[in-house]
Amino acid sequence: MSKAVRSRSDKPRTDEAVRLEIYRMMVEARLFERRVHDLFLQGLVKGTSHLALGQEAIAAGYAAVLQPNDLVYCTYRGHVHTLLRGAPMAALMAELLGRANGICGGKGGSMHLTDVSKGAMGSYAIVGAHMPIAAGAAWAAKERETGQVVVCFFGDGTTNIGAFHEALNFAVVWELPVVFVCENNLYMEYTPIRSVTAVENPAADRASAYALEPILVDGNDPDEMHAVARRTVDLARSGDGPSLVEARTYRHGGHSRADPAKYRPEEEVAEWVARDPIPSLRERLIADGIDATTLDEIDRAAERVVDDATAEAQAGPPPDRSTLLTELWADGGSEWRN
Amino acid sequence: MAELTYREAVSRAIAQEMERDETVYFIGEDVAAAGGVFKTTEGLLERFGPRRVRDTPISEQAIVGAVMGGAMNGLRPIAEIMFSDFFAVCWDMIANQIAKTRYMTNGQVALPLVIRTANGGGVRFGAQHSQSVEAWAMAIPGLKVVVPSNPTDMIGLFAAAVRDPDPVIVVEPKALYAMKADVPDGEIVDRLGAATVLREGSDVTICVLGSMVHRAMDAAERLAADGIGAEVIDVRSLVPLDTQAILASTTKTGRFVTVEESPRLCGWGAEVASIVAEEVFYDLDGPVVRITTPHIPLPSTDALEDLAIPSPDVIVERVKASMG
Repeated sequence: MSKAVRSRSDKPRTDEAVRLEIYRMMVEARLFERRVHDLFLQGLVKGTSHLALGQEAIAAGYAAVLQPNDLVYCTYRGHVHTLLRGAPMAALMAELLGRANGICGGKGGSMHLTDVSKGAMGSYAIVGAHMPIAAGAAWAAKERETGQVVVCFFGDGTTNIGAFHEALNFAVVWELPVVFVCENNLYMEYTPIRSVTAVENPAADRASAYALEPILVDGNDPDEMHAVARRTVDLARSGDGPSLVEARTYRHGGHSRADPAKYRPEEEVAEWVARDPIPSLRERLIADGIDATTLDEIDRAAERVVDDATAEAQAGPPPDRSTLLTELWADGGSEWRN
Repeated sequence: MAELTYREAVSRAIAQEMERDETVYFIGEDVAAAGGVFKTTEGLLERFGPRRVRDTPISEQAIVGAVMGGAMNGLRPIAEIMFSDFFAVCWDMIANQIAKTRYMTNGQVALPLVIRTANGGGVRFGAQHSQSVEAWAMAIPGLKVVVPSNPTDMIGLFAAAVRDPDPVIVVEPKALYAMKADVPDGEIVDRLGAATVLREGSDVTICVLGSMVHRAMDAAERLAADGIGAEVIDVRSLVPLDTQAILASTTKTGRFVTVEESPRLCGWGAEVASIVAEEVFYDLDGPVVRITTPHIPLPSTDALEDLAIPSPDVIVERVKASMG
């Protein structure tokens, strides 16, 4: 598959409680995004939305190893990362619905979900921009000796923009505690990444240019993903500097709600849907002795969580008109003159 | 009092704030070991050490992104962008990320950071190292913009910028780096959003910024010799803007002129002129006058650059012409 080193060194196997937690997180994220999609089709979620259906194992793997004061930066495809960092689901749903009880009061929307109180430092909608910003947060962590690790998720298309290269070089030269995680879902928006990139593995094959170990992992394997997350976060926390991880994955749907994704061969879609991380982990857990009823209960609980969050979000009013002019400046307002 | 050059004032300003607050860090290209390409940051590395004063790669997106991320996580960082023309290669970071993040997150993110940069022409560097970009910055909601026109203001406004809880762009007219002036001893802290009346007059208000301040003052001296009292206002802070000082002066004199070291279209003076026209139109005795460079990139050779940038001669001539 690749000249890059595949990550396989990450045994011992994740313990049962953590695997169940990863399962729970993936199921909640999946049901949450399916609900978002439903609400979009009903015209209740406006604008756009970029779903990560099928890609949940990557965010879940990292969420399982991060500490409360660690920081996560993600992209406009960031519902899952923000949710799994601990942002309240109802406030995220309310933000997507444009309500006053939204996590950003309706000012951010789908592409800018943020919950600083949980270390979800933002969803960035300009490709690559958050990579230098994540490096900067890691710089502050290092200088202030906070022990924090910063994890920055991005897509395969990001590997061809300048900020990617600037951030990697900068983070390595300054030995910053940041983990850059490329979610390679094989398509940059509508175009196959391979057809516009000089190397086969868009992130891993660039690692050596920044004196980094090439790390290529199956992003649809929750156990492998968790092991890589553990290893790279530990490296950053112990002062060994940044890592660059490329996780192969696939989005079940299109780039955004406007995209039916007809450019993808049916066989390819079928192959990847068959490798959906959620049923895969479920089967493995059962094979390892977990009772199916335990997993069923997790599924049912997740449905209740999503139902409750949706109801709570929909109960919120639209934002007060006065908030249009608030929070440009730290004084709470937006005045620019006397 | 001590006589200081503007470039010495820059390093004194940074040192004043780094001494006061250990979360203030300073990064940029050639700022540490080399002391800055304009020698504005000499001695800072020796004084504050290699962690707080640090050279970066030629990576403007990384520099500006790093101070944003640093500000999100407990620092009050300062970035130098060597020439303001280079804003064009990191404008996403400034205009899309730094300016908008507080609003988009409904106040969750505070960004107490400063970006300082050498701006403007008059030193024969040609079109890509001579632009006046303050109007780019003031056009983006979420950025504060100051332009100190002398060493004391450089220290005071810079201190106010570092202490401000919002992102501030400090625009330094590079033509003024060699300028000398007496600067008070001790800590100097000014405030954002306050214009200064540098010279009083009753016949015409000349509203200026940065290096044009000194040309306008020369022009005012010559106008006085011809019996015209020009009131010169150094705007100093574009965002926030001290409109009250400008409107009060214009109401008094009845005439309003801007002198801008930037291309004609959408210069800072266009915004100020529109405020004057909207709010004190009936106090005006004549048309608003904007003196700018032509709408061209700045040429390199002195023979042409001097033609482009408003001179005291041109200011005198245009003011007189406007007064009939």
